[in-house]
Amino acid sequence: MGKAGKIARRSFLVGSVAIAGGVAFGGWWLSRRAPNPLAPEEGAALNPFVIIDGEGVTLVMGRSEMGQGVHTTLAAMLAEELDLEWEAVRVVHGPASAAYHNEALAAMGLPVADYAKTPMQRRIGGAMGLLSRGFGLQVTGGSTSTRDAYEPLRRSGASAREALKQAASGRLGVEVARLRTEGGAVIAPDGTRLPYTELAEAAARIDPPQVAPRPASEWRLLGRSLPRPDMLAKATGTATYGVDVRLPGMKFASVRMSPHLGGEMRGFDPAPALEMQGVEQVIDLGSGVAVVARNSWAAMRGAEAVEIDWGPAPYPETTEAIFERIAEAFNRRRNSRLRNDGNVTNALDGASEVIEAEYRLPFLAHATMEPMNATALYTGDSLEIWAPNQTPMAQASLAARAVGLRADQVRVHTTFLGGGFGRRLEADYSALAARVAKEMPGTPVQLVWSREEDMTHDYYRPGVIARMRGAVQGGLAVAFDCKLAAPSVTRQAVVRMTGLPAPGPDKGHVEGLFDQPYAIPNYRIEGYLADLDVPLGFWRSVGHSHNGFIHESFIDELAHAAGRDPLEFRLELIRPESAVAANVLEQVAMMSRWQEPKAPGTGRGVAFVWSFGTPVAQVIEVKDEGGRIRIAKAWIACDMGRAFDPAIVRSQMESGLVYGLSAAVMGEITFAGGAVEQRNFPDYDALRMAGMPEIEVAILELQDGIGGAGEPGTPPAAPALTNALFDLTGERLRELPLNRRFDFVL
Amino acid sequence: MAQTLKCARDHFEAPEDTPLLWVLRDELGLTGTKFGCGVAACGACTVHIEGEAVRSCQLRLGDVWGAVTTIEGLGRPGALHALQDAWIRHQVAQCGYCQPGQIMQAAALLAENPAPSDAEIDDAMTGNLCRCGTYSRIRAAIHDAARALVGEG
Repeated sequence: MGKAGKIARRSFLVGSVAIAGGVAFGGWWLSRRAPNPLAPEEGAALNPFVIIDGEGVTLVMGRSEMGQGVHTTLAAMLAEELDLEWEAVRVVHGPASAAYHNEALAAMGLPVADYAKTPMQRRIGGAMGLLSRGFGLQVTGGSTSTRDAYEPLRRSGASAREALKQAASGRLGVEVARLRTEGGAVIAPDGTRLPYTELAEAAARIDPPQVAPRPASEWRLLGRSLPRPDMLAKATGTATYGVDVRLPGMKFASVRMSPHLGGEMRGFDPAPALEMQGVEQVIDLGSGVAVVARNSWAAMRGAEAVEIDWGPAPYPETTEAIFERIAEAFNRRRNSRLRNDGNVTNALDGASEVIEAEYRLPFLAHATMEPMNATALYTGDSLEIWAPNQTPMAQASLAARAVGLRADQVRVHTTFLGGGFGRRLEADYSALAARVAKEMPGTPVQLVWSREEDMTHDYYRPGVIARMRGAVQGGLAVAFDCKLAAPSVTRQAVVRMTGLPAPGPDKGHVEGLFDQPYAIPNYRIEGYLADLDVPLGFWRSVGHSHNGFIHESFIDELAHAAGRDPLEFRLELIRPESAVAANVLEQVAMMSRWQEPKAPGTGRGVAFVWSFGTPVAQVIEVKDEGGRIRIAKAWIACDMGRAFDPAIVRSQMESGLVYGLSAAVMGEITFAGGAVEQRNFPDYDALRMAGMPEIEVAILELQDGIGGAGEPGTPPAAPALTNALFDLTGERLRELPLNRRFDFVL
Repeated sequence: MAQTLKCARDHFEAPEDTPLLWVLRDELGLTGTKFGCGVAACGACTVHIEGEAVRSCQLRLGDVWGAVTTIEGLGRPGALHALQDAWIRHQVAQCGYCQPGQIMQAAALLAENPAPSDAEIDDAMTGNLCRCGTYSRIRAAIHDAARALVGEG
């Protein structure tokens, strides 16, 4: 972090949120509607994204850096307009503030297929986006960061640049029109160079000019693969993650909460822990215990040693019983029917053959490399939280609630995240750290979970069951019927975050099924919500992660039933609905030489999913190596309209694929006696280097919209793999993970 | 680094069975070495002892047999190890949390095998988990650093 970290620590003071010795300025329209959290001591015009002080320009990010590269791409949007020297750019995480609300995320709530949105629906989506400010929706998620930032950050940068030029104009007596900017300075016609650092004070007093951002044809930074500002720190062990926060007098703690998620603690005996060397205190958290110690290891060992009598789980105790409960949802009232084209019942009744299948997918954990943790300092009327998180506002409000403070009494410092994948949208770890800190006012305490605690206390991707029926005729799909049963992630999460119920059709439940660009005349998608209290959360690509698998596996089944090449079959159904989608399929066919004969002992599969604004097609090639399966190659084609940083987009596409393949091959959370059975990486592993396919990525920029990058690479991975396995073995895999059935080269 | 550890031993009372990882992180404030699993299954805590890559979460303080090198000791901003330099050239890291362990593992590999093949790299690195899936760039960066080190030598 170096300099940037120093500025962040020094600058954001408790309560007043003041910038000491610096000037935050600019003035995009947003800052007039949501208070700017960056208030300079001198009192000046405000902009939530840019601070200029004697040391240079610091770009303040309202989004969390969890590996996806937002601190590069969002900074580039500002730097592009500000004419900063890229190597000199400093980037820090901003505070929790509604000024950083995510409009693009709120706009995703509209229950309409993204590919088919009309201009009117896009406008309504935009209006819904404004709600995000009211709800304090400062969220890094939904693959929205670049889409959301594109207009406001470039406008903020442009506005700040023009203010700096006006300040220089006043100083030099030269018309603004004759000034230009370059390398963090205003340049006069005679070559006089005024660095921004000298102009910031004056520029901050200027009513920020409203100017249009530059056209793409003038971009120097956007559209290029830039060196990431976080790379040096991450290659030298000097990047500060949540677990790396060190404060004077800080204590270490760990927790043990009920393995029966949401169950009560009937009683406990702290004695065995208190006898252990290094253990200082055992804290009763009501539903579990925290152990405070001289180091994290002693705290974790102490937490394990406490003898605890746990009450039962508020859900069925075994995986089997849980899936029975999920299946019961088919008998309950339908929650949604977000697609109902033609007349599926008639089409199936009239079909010569009905293809039927049931799919079952397991619960999954996020398993970020950095276990859950947060550091907290409670003083009686204030709380400071240091946390790797995707939702600073929610961390503040839920931590405040946990200790009886108001959210405005809480200050949140967002650190680098050692992985997020949706797990760190939750605020449970911050709330727990706050409760521990409340027991030791004035002493900072770092709460780090053991890997076992992390794995067994996730907000899981839900298990799902899908019942499919379909029919083909004349080489095409004429009926596609899906009934999906799963508990609702959205409903649980909305209650957790806002305390409000979320009635109505649950879009997230059936996304990836109802919103795909296939021209099938009779096409029906119905969602049934299971009544199940297992804690659920947003897992990279959310509903698309399971529904993409179901949809693309069943499309493959229909293709084979029709006796067609599965890629040709898809193209023919997709082309009439979306030329953009057809392009990525054609691209992946070309890259993978789909039409050419395969080598003996290999199988190839294709899958296509449109998610988070981005259509992605993948082809996977598997090889039989003496009875073991090698995932040999993967080709990815995507179109997010604009690839602001091609190298980061490529990394994200690879990353999404690997995350999806890991789950498909070996990811499974099961329950016994009401507790999660997987406890650490040996029983919940992921792909390692030796199991990696060779990956080739093509990035198209043909669609009109701007799509996401972080999640869309995940949904097609599992079905492309199982479709390839079908091609190789003739066996259709309708349940995951695959290592139950196949031995993989890993 | 060995010296740091020895000096510090006089000043802290951590029991002999405390894993080296936690001595480094919580007692000495050397936070570059990461906690991932605590059971030697992810490699995030990899350090060198006498040049050998070890999982510091599984090594008791009392069993440390020689000079310890952590990521901080391997190289630092301004004085990078060839691997760290290659990591930056290849823009390897995403979330970055596993990377200190990956780099330490790779450094031990190159010390033993200055020109490893893909298969040898896979074999040496497969104990190091990366949830972001940066493996292809890790492999490329190791090859690149190997060439740079041979050139220097």
